[in-house]
Parts: sequence; C-alpha cells; structure tokens
Amino acid sequence: MAYVPLADQDHDQEHHDPHTFITKYVWSQDHKVIAIQYAGTAIFVGLVALGLSAMMRLQLGFPDTFSLIDPSSYYQAVTMHGMIMVVYLLTALFMGGFGNYLIPLMCGARDMVFPYLNMLSFWFYLLSVLILLSSFFVTGGPTGAGWTLYPPQTITPGTPGHETGILLMLISLAVFIVAFTMGGLNYITTVLQYRTRGLTMMRLPLTVWGIFTATALALFAFPALLVSAIMMTFDLLLGTSFFMPAIMAAGEQLDYNGGSPILFQHLFWFFGHPEVYIVALPAFGLVSDVLSTHARKNIFGYRMMVWAIIAIGGLSFVVWAHHMYVSGMNPYFGFFFATTTLIIAVPTALKVYNWVLTLWEGDIRLNTPMLFAIGFVFTFIHGGLTGLFLGNVVIDLPLSDTYFVVAHFHMVMGVSPVLVVFAAIYHWYPKMTGKMMNETLGKMHFWCTFLGTYAIYLPMHYLGFLGVPRRYYAMGSTDFIPESAQALNANITLAALFVAVTQILFFINVFWSLKNGKPSGGNPWGATTLEWQTPDTPPKHGNWGHDLPVVHRWAYDYSVPGYPQDFIPQNVAGDFGVSDDHDHDDAPAKHA
Amino acid sequence: MSENVASSIGAPRPGLPGLVDDWSTDKQTYHVPWGKAMMWIFLVSDTFIFSCFLIGYMTVRMTTTEPWPLPSEVFALSFFGSDPIPLILIAIMTFILITSSGTMALAVNYGYRKDKKMAAILMLVTAAFGASFVGMQVFEWSKLIEEGVRPWGNPWGAPQFGSVFFMVTGFHGLHVTAGVIYLCIVARKVLRGDYDKKGYEIVEITGLYWHFVDLVWVFIFAFFYLW
Repeated sequence: MAYVPLADQDHDQEHHDPHTFITKYVWSQDHKVIAIQYAGTAIFVGLVALGLSAMMRLQLGFPDTFSLIDPSSYYQAVTMHGMIMVVYLLTALFMGGFGNYLIPLMCGARDMVFPYLNMLSFWFYLLSVLILLSSFFVTGGPTGAGWTLYPPQTITPGTPGHETGILLMLISLAVFIVAFTMGGLNYITTVLQYRTRGLTMMRLPLTVWGIFTATALALFAFPALLVSAIMMTFDLLLGTSFFMPAIMAAGEQLDYNGGSPILFQHLFWFFGHPEVYIVALPAFGLVSDVLSTHARKNIFGYRMMVWAIIAIGGLSFVVWAHHMYVSGMNPYFGFFFATTTLIIAVPTALKVYNWVLTLWEGDIRLNTPMLFAIGFVFTFIHGGLTGLFLGNVVIDLPLSDTYFVVAHFHMVMGVSPVLVVFAAIYHWYPKMTGKMMNETLGKMHFWCTFLGTYAIYLPMHYLGFLGVPRRYYAMGSTDFIPESAQALNANITLAALFVAVTQILFFINVFWSLKNGKPSGGNPWGATTLEWQTPDTPPKHGNWGHDLPVVHRWAYDYSVPGYPQDFIPQNVAGDFGVSDDHDHDDAPAKHA
Repeated sequence: MSENVASSIGAPRPGLPGLVDDWSTDKQTYHVPWGKAMMWIFLVSDTFIFSCFLIGYMTVRMTTTEPWPLPSEVFALSFFGSDPIPLILIAIMTFILITSSGTMALAVNYGYRKDKKMAAILMLVTAAFGASFVGMQVFEWSKLIEEGVRPWGNPWGAPQFGSVFFMVTGFHGLHVTAGVIYLCIVARKVLRGDYDKKGYEIVEITGLYWHFVDLVWVFIFAFFYLW
C-alpha cells in the first residue's frame, strides 16, 4: 500500500470544527488556542518569579529593613525564581507558546500532527505548574536548595523546604518533562512530516529552525533531568544513596552511604547546558525573522544561520562540565570542556555578525518589535562576551561564585530571551488578534526595559570583580568589599524595581489593544512568511480555508529589485530574477 | 501547479548539497506515516533515559565504598534440591523476551498482508510473553525482598545494589507492562478492522516500541546481571 503524504491528499473531507465553548477554548485541540493557553500560564508563573526577584533585590539592596524576609525565605525565593524562569516560563513560552502558534502556520499545516496529544501536553504543563506553586503552601514552604538542587544539601535537614517542598519540586519537574515530551514529539514530527508543497527544510523561516532544533535538544536533554529527579526522589523517600554520601547533619550521622553528589551535578548539567540553548535557539530564530522583516532585507547568510543553529545544538551536549569547574575535576577534563565551550563562540558569533549584516544598509523601521530585536543583539553580545571569560577554567575559578556569574547569565539567558519574547509578541500580536499594539506605549516599555536592565546588570559585573559572593542572604562586613558596594546594591535594587513596575505598560498595552487597537489586516508588516498569508486574521480552525498554500520561494524575499512591492510572500509563484535560497551556492542546474 | 513548485525547488545537485536537498525535501523528510516518525523520535529520547539510568548505575557502582554483591550468586536458583544454577531465571526471562520479538515481527508481516486474525493472534501471543516476563520479574522481586534486599540495603554489600536493581528493573518492567497494554489495545482494534482504511502501519509502530523494550533489556542484562 502506497503511503501518500498529507500535502498530496485530497482535502475535501470535512474539518471537524469545535462548536461548544468548552471544546473551543478550554479542552481545545487547536494549536493556536493551546499556544495562548501555554503562553498565558507561562507568563503568569513568570510574574510570580518576577515578584520573588523583587523580594530578593529588596533584601540585597536594603538588608535589615524587611523583617518579612528571613534567610529561609530568601533562599526559597532564589530557588523558585531560578527554576520558574528557566523551565516554567522560558522553555514553556518558547516551545509551548510560540512553537505551538507558529510551527503549523509557518509550515503551511492545518494543525500539529497529533492535536489531542498537544492538548494533553498543555494540561500536564498546567498540572506541573500547580504542583510547583502548591509548594508555597505546604509545611516548610518550597525548597530553598538553589535552582540547581545540588545534593546533599537539598535533602539534609536545615535546608528550607526539605520536608515537602523538594518533593513537590521533583514531582513537578517530572510532570513537566512528560508534558514537554508530548508537545516536543508533536513539534518535531510536524516540522519533519507536515510541511506544505514546495516548502523544503531549507526554505523554512529561521523561527521554525530554532524551535525545531531546540525541541530536539530538549527531547535528548530532559531525560537526564528526569533520571536525576527520580533518583533524588528515591534518596528522599526510600533512603537509597544514589547521590548521598555518608554525611553528618545537625550532629547526627544520616542513613546514607557511598553515593555520589558529583553524579547529580553531571546529570543535572547534561540537562542544564542544553537547556540554555533550548531557551536561546528559539530566541535566535524569532529574532532573525523580526530583524529581517523590519529591516526589509533578507537575512544575511541564511544557510549558515541554519548550520550555526545545528552546530550550536550539537556542541551544547559536550560542554556541560564548564558549570562544574569549581566542583573539582581532572585538569584534562577542564581543558576539554573549556575548549568545546569556546568553540561554541564561533557559530554564535557567526549569528551575531549575520544579524548585524542583515541590518546593514537595510530600510530599517524602528518600530517596537524592531527595537526589542535590536536590543536583544546588544544584550546578547554583552552576555556572550562575559561567557568567554567564564568558559576559561582559570578565570572561572575566582569569578564563579560571584555576582559576575549572576550578571553573565542574566544578560545572556534572562534579559536576551525576554527581549525576544517581547519583540515576538509585539510582532505577532496582530496575527493573533487582528489588532495592532500601541506604538507609544510599546516604545516606552522598550526604553524602560532596555536601559533598566543595563542599570541592573552592568554594575553587577563590577560587584563580581570586587568578589561579592552570590547567593548570600546578607554580606555582613568583610575586608575586601568596600562600603560603596552596598550603595551600588541599593541602586541595582531601585533599577530592578523600576523595571519590574514598568512591565505594567506591556500588560496595559496587551489588554488595551485587544479592544482599542487599530485593525491590522492580514499582513501589517509586509512579511513574507506563510503565517501572514492566511485567509483570515486571526487564522480560523484549520488555518488555510480549503486549500493548503503552495510555497515557491524561501522566506526572505525582501526588497527584490524589479518587483513592485518590497516583499514577495512565500506562496507567490513566478521567477522575478530574484535570489532564491540556492543561488549563493554554485548550482548551475537551478534555472535550467 | 506541481510542476511549478518543482521548478522553483530546482534540479538535484551532486555531492553534499544534494544530500542536504534530499533531507530537506518539501512535504516530508521521511516517507513514513506521522505515527511512525514520532515513535522513532520518542524511542531515541527514551534511549537517553535508559542510558542515564545505566551510566548513573555504573557511577554509583564505582563510588560506593562497599563491595558489590556478585550477581551470579544473588540471581541463582535451585530446582528440586539441585545446586543453584546462576542466572537461570534471568536467562529464561531474556529468552522469552527475545522470542516475543520474533512473534511481534511475524505480526507486523501478517498486518501488512491484511491478515487481521493472524496479526491480532500473534500480537496477543507477544503480549502473553511480555506478561509472563513481568510475572517472572515479580517472582524475582519477591524472592529478593524475602532474602532481605531493600532499596536502602542488602545482606551482601553495597546498598546501591538494591537501589539500582529495583529502580532499573522496575522502570524497564513498567515499560514492558505498558507495552503489554498497548499490544492488547492495538490487537483489539486490528480485529475490529479499525485500520482497514488507514493501513496497518500501527502494528509496525507498536512493534518498534516492543523491539526497543527488548533491546533495552539486553543492555540491562549485560551491564547489570553479567557484569
């Protein structure tokens, strides 16, 4: 029996449109509704984590002022802030939110390949979020072990949340991984097997490439976290000793013997480093499309951008131990991991150069999404450069436990992806709602956020050089930290609170524009990719009406000479003497 | 319309660019149904889970301070008062599981021939083999628990022996159990003729999962029982 690809099958069969409110908006199997459910949940927990960071900053900026914040709650805030931001906000928002919304639309598909599984994915994600948040309401509160959950202190008495909080955290992570696996399998299979006619992989927008590769990374990296969560749960509940060595706690010998805490670190970072790129690669992809669209120029070096994404993805699995230089390791291992780490800078720098060259001589429209995208290039370069410092063993050792590291990773995987999230929301909001967002509010939001983050994180690098240790509840008085460091800390706190409050502008804009925004039409930015060519805006169930679109060109035909418009959508047929994706290799047979 | 698309994609090119073109062709990368592609990707992901378990096991085996119990003595059984035969139960379990892979492969073949009855029967036979495997695992667990093996300790040496045993065989046993249920469901649907229209790839997809579970057992057998 011959198997017929879906794009070649008849599409005359009925689409079973959901009719009731429940099937349409609650138990929905439509990728667009699931995307918004995912994004809404992720942004909600993100706000919780933002509140926690405000609490941390208040304590650091004005110690001994807030009696509400004791050492335990400070560490709980550190832990929950980190875990929520990395896993429950950014991973879920990029994959579950943007991945769900954009993959089928950009691939010219009607939905994900398995919509029911996609729906389950969201509900499992919601469950994991609820389990995580429930740990705020149990005895002892959430775990305070630090987001890396290093044993043995995660389990030993004295760590806040060692009673129930840690267990809820581990269960929540396991449920999250199950949820993600269901979604991730969908995203990968959709990209591989459900592209429309004419849409080769090498014509996909970089957004799809970024999310696709990141999903592959996640499917191979999350197993390590799942396994370490299972083993740690057993250490906790069954008294096994996978990670727990013989250890004294509070003057008593605990019932553990012969486990390896370093094993946990290896498993955790085998997940943890790819996780950085799970967050970064979708951001790379989204920002490439935003930059190209608003610069009215094709993305510079498309093929190399794709290969760079793949190379970064592959390399991210062989660099994990650079998080463990201070754990102690064979110097040759340190040498190996430092080398691989620095090699990652090559494809990453390639991407940065290509973004800048995309802007070069472009017809740049400085609207809100573009501002956020350009802001990302700035913060990413800063965060990336400090990464080169920390990738070297000798420089990492003195800097590792200081605010330099905090500044580095907040620049590179906190601020940068979040700026892309904003760029993407301002960019795709018209497609999701049919309304434009308010430009004035958007620009105010951008400048407050962008300048504010520099006010927060630039001084932190300096604090790091001074040797101010991270994760300390209070610094006390030391010889090597000057008094003025505290003044700097207070200023950072003020900046942080300012940035946190100005995010209200964004939410006002989102909700205000929903009703009062200018109608956007189907393609307000003059973009080429398929999601802007849908018959309805916002796209209806099934996305494409009766016929699937047919793709005739790559995703970046902007400002093509001789064509009346400054963009040619991917589904427009015809050879306008324009550059196609193959033209910059030597392909003589191309136009024959 | 389709000629138009073909011309915009371009003629095949030699060498590495041609290879890239092949992998990135439009519509679909692999000429297989969605379910099969997804099962393969899931299995690769699951491979990472079992690899992490096995690597974790090897690491704790190296770090633990007490000697590791000898599997050939722990997993020995005597029949009717004979001398204990090392690993005999495990050998039988392995044999059963590998046999079940054979019946599964036959089921796939009959499925593609649209011989619904034989395909379903062979799938149920496979499921029965799987269930007997799990049954023997239950026997093995209860025997070891009787002898005093616990996740946190055992009479012969390193406490991690019990921890790893219960965790790894338990996780694998869950996979087999899930596979048995999966096989029964698909066999029932095959008998009912649910796949007459869609085609019988589903039997092969189920088979992929089943062979994977068998393959994983071979590695557990080699690294945990034989080492």
